[in-house]
Amino acid sequence: MQISLTINGKSHSNDIEPRMSLVHYLREVMDLTGTHVGCDTSGCGACTITLDGNAVKSCTLLAVQADGCEIMTIEGMANGEQMHPIQEAFKENHGLQCGFCTPGMVMTAVDILKSNPNPTEEEIRHGLEGNFCRCTGYHNIVKSIQQAAEQLNS
Amino acid sequence: MGNFIGKSVKRREDARFLRGAGRYTDDIKLPKMTQAAFVRSPYAHAKVLNIDISEAQKADGVVAIYTGQDGCGAYGVPCGWQVNFKNGDTMREPVHPLLAKDKIRHLGEAVAIVVAETLELARDAAELVEVDYEELPAVTDPKKAMEPSAPLVHEEWGDNAAFDWCIGNDRTEVEAALASAHHVTEMEYRNHRVAPNAMEPRSYIADYDINAGKWTLYTSTQNPHLIRLLLCAFVLGIPEHKVRVVSYDVGGGFGSKIYHYTEEALLTWISKEIGRPVKWTSDRSEAFLTDAHGRDHVVHSKMGFDKDGKIVAHLTDEYCAMGAYLSTFAPAVPTYLHGTLFQGVYTTPLIHLNVVAPFTHTVVVDAYRGAGRPEATYLLERIISKAAKEMKMDPADIRFKNFIPPFDGIDEPGYQTQVALQYDSGNYEGVLKRGLEMLGYEDFRKEQTKARKNGKLLGVGISTYIEGCGIAPSAVVGSLGARAGLFEVGHVRVQPTGKVQVFTGTHSHGQGHETVFAQFVADKLGIPMDDIEIEHGDTDQVAFGMGTYGSRSLAVGGSAIIKSVEKVLEKGAKIAAHKLEAAEKDLEYAEGKWTVKGTDKSISFGDVSLTAYVPHDYPEGLEPGLDFSSFYDPSNFTYPFGTHIAVVEVDKDTGKVDLQRFIACDDVGNVMNPMIVDGQIQGGVVQGVGQALLEEVVYDDSGQMITGSYMDYAMPRADDVPMIETDRTVTPCPHNPLGVKGAGEAGAIGSTPAVVNAVVDALSHLGVTDIQMPVTPQRVWKAMQN
Repeated sequence: MQISLTINGKSHSNDIEPRMSLVHYLREVMDLTGTHVGCDTSGCGACTITLDGNAVKSCTLLAVQADGCEIMTIEGMANGEQMHPIQEAFKENHGLQCGFCTPGMVMTAVDILKSNPNPTEEEIRHGLEGNFCRCTGYHNIVKSIQQAAEQLNS
Repeated sequence: MGNFIGKSVKRREDARFLRGAGRYTDDIKLPKMTQAAFVRSPYAHAKVLNIDISEAQKADGVVAIYTGQDGCGAYGVPCGWQVNFKNGDTMREPVHPLLAKDKIRHLGEAVAIVVAETLELARDAAELVEVDYEELPAVTDPKKAMEPSAPLVHEEWGDNAAFDWCIGNDRTEVEAALASAHHVTEMEYRNHRVAPNAMEPRSYIADYDINAGKWTLYTSTQNPHLIRLLLCAFVLGIPEHKVRVVSYDVGGGFGSKIYHYTEEALLTWISKEIGRPVKWTSDRSEAFLTDAHGRDHVVHSKMGFDKDGKIVAHLTDEYCAMGAYLSTFAPAVPTYLHGTLFQGVYTTPLIHLNVVAPFTHTVVVDAYRGAGRPEATYLLERIISKAAKEMKMDPADIRFKNFIPPFDGIDEPGYQTQVALQYDSGNYEGVLKRGLEMLGYEDFRKEQTKARKNGKLLGVGISTYIEGCGIAPSAVVGSLGARAGLFEVGHVRVQPTGKVQVFTGTHSHGQGHETVFAQFVADKLGIPMDDIEIEHGDTDQVAFGMGTYGSRSLAVGGSAIIKSVEKVLEKGAKIAAHKLEAAEKDLEYAEGKWTVKGTDKSISFGDVSLTAYVPHDYPEGLEPGLDFSSFYDPSNFTYPFGTHIAVVEVDKDTGKVDLQRFIACDDVGNVMNPMIVDGQIQGGVVQGVGQALLEEVVYDDSGQMITGSYMDYAMPRADDVPMIETDRTVTPCPHNPLGVKGAGEAGAIGSTPAVVNAVVDALSHLGVTDIQMPVTPQRVWKAMQN
């Protein structure tokens, strides 16, 4: 099937199998390997991207469902050399260790801060409940998002 | 402290991860690469009657299909640690085949592998492989596996024991002391099975180059050299110098990526058979079924006390599951990494532990973050808190009464335990005092009393742990059954321009070696961190190494690097002395230059480096170059310790446990990067909390796993835990050059019993004395009703 969509600001058109998942399309067809696959039940959130501005898990969408949509992946967050304030905050606060869940965490943080620019700690933790991290114990991820919120609001 | 040591330097590895530019194995695509899918057994125990691949072979895109009848790796994957029976009989060691031949011994065991042009086509064809099984009764519980009627995992030995082992004082002596003790506290429980769940599933790509006769294996491992050694010398019998193992970025390990798995050997074999690269990446369901699990001990323990609450004796019997085969380090986990920590931080004069380690119809059990020490800590810290309740003592007081007094390991000697080890240095009362201060212990007890009057169930739990890291020296671990050395290699290559490459045999999969190792090398050489690159994870680049596990990277790997740095400076001084026309003894080295003492005559590290490679005006008889490799074999383990305190509130209607505060005061020796140490502790704590409150791998009686996905296996999420409050005391390790002890596992070791102690404390006035982990709302509610 033919699909046309925008990924990180650029238009793409591809002929793909209807059964191909969106994450598979991003990783295998578009070579955007920053989006990771950590499970097969939408449980871990490592594959989180934004689709028309909302965080979604790209492992449980088919690529054809993204036809006509605007997608942002982790690769689209930085502006050239300049990392996005959320990325900067993760670095500043040691919000990542092995880095595998990190792209999903950052993309979820985009969504959390879009809908709630001044979240409380509880609201951040609630917003992250669809994303597993096995390394950090979430402590520094929460701090990263708190700092990113301050940064984005200043 | 130098410019970098002890500072929270931000991590240099973060940029690539944050930009989505990490290089995990599944991100790699090679030209002409094929994809593999496995056919796995839906039964835990079965005879394989027939495998029909004829339909699958006709499917689109199929390149090859192999079953256990094909000649791949006849010897199977080996075990790396031998623990014999206490009567001297040799450990029972079954062949662990790459593909099952005629017998299935655990759910998910691979019976066939399909290689195809794409992953979808491989999976489609795998569906067409027809396997006829005859299902057999299974046993999954380690204690039941030793009952005379239990189905046998391996028929050849007549029962399921891999070994039956003991450590400590004479059993009859310990029993006699218990019989005459003023008070005996008893516990029976299961330290249940958990799944490591590194977020990156295992992934392998094998690539055989027919022209060079050389294999490259890209693998998500914690120890590339160890995998190469096992693969070449034991499994496939291929030449070690013709195999390159590459492990770039790895998405978490926690022990589960130490082991040499059947899949990586099988893929390596297949890549030569088909003459093309082949990739396999586990999905999460396969990870639950095939990654080595942790824990799974059935425990019966007795601890005796005198009338003042001093421990007089401790006797424990355990059944510890091995799973269907012996994984790489499995036999060491419930024995030399577990029984040797039974002294804890206490002066217990008599200790005896007996471990029966049966095979079970489950996936293998091996080291999982802490490996044997969390299980020892859980036992000691639960039973001493239970004893305190029974003897109407405060849980902090009973600990203070029993602590080994402080010793620095330099002026005061190390502490000789009853269970083989000698602790290096420790101040156990120091961390407990600080932990209680962080909590405000006395105020909390007042608050708790008040809360109870208002019907609120508040509890506090204390755990004062010790653990053993960086296990060594090689000769000692060899005498304990290790079939490998446990040294580390550190190579420092100074370039002509004074830039430095450091090669380490350890491996970073989240620990931040690229930053921390550069910090101390920069300080020792007095040069900027930017001039130093840390290389790891490629056997063609790094001469050798034993990898990363057991919190050993800095204590063992860092020390090897320091040895090479010292050799660089020693040779550099000879060159500097020649150039400065001074005697070596008159030189001093600081801030990246050699200076003739008391003068302003000096030469920089960069100039000396250049001279070493352009040796025109050069000391006679000295070799050119500035490039040193060192092997470091420590003289002892290191022994981090600490106090963890949990505060919980239990919902009296639902039994749900709310973890309100968690305090961790740890002593990991000297600290290179506090930010990274805190991060390690916080993450470890939440893993330990996960075991206490949420996580459990459950097999039913037929060996089906009923917790095989994230819908059923409850991992801790962000809203399950609070911020983790951390602090430290510093008791340097006396026997390694950096004075470090290791911080990777401490969090997961101390935290679990602290949480369960807190839950029991919250319910103690209702008569609850123990509760089985994980402490789910259902279990708590039931305990409250009883």
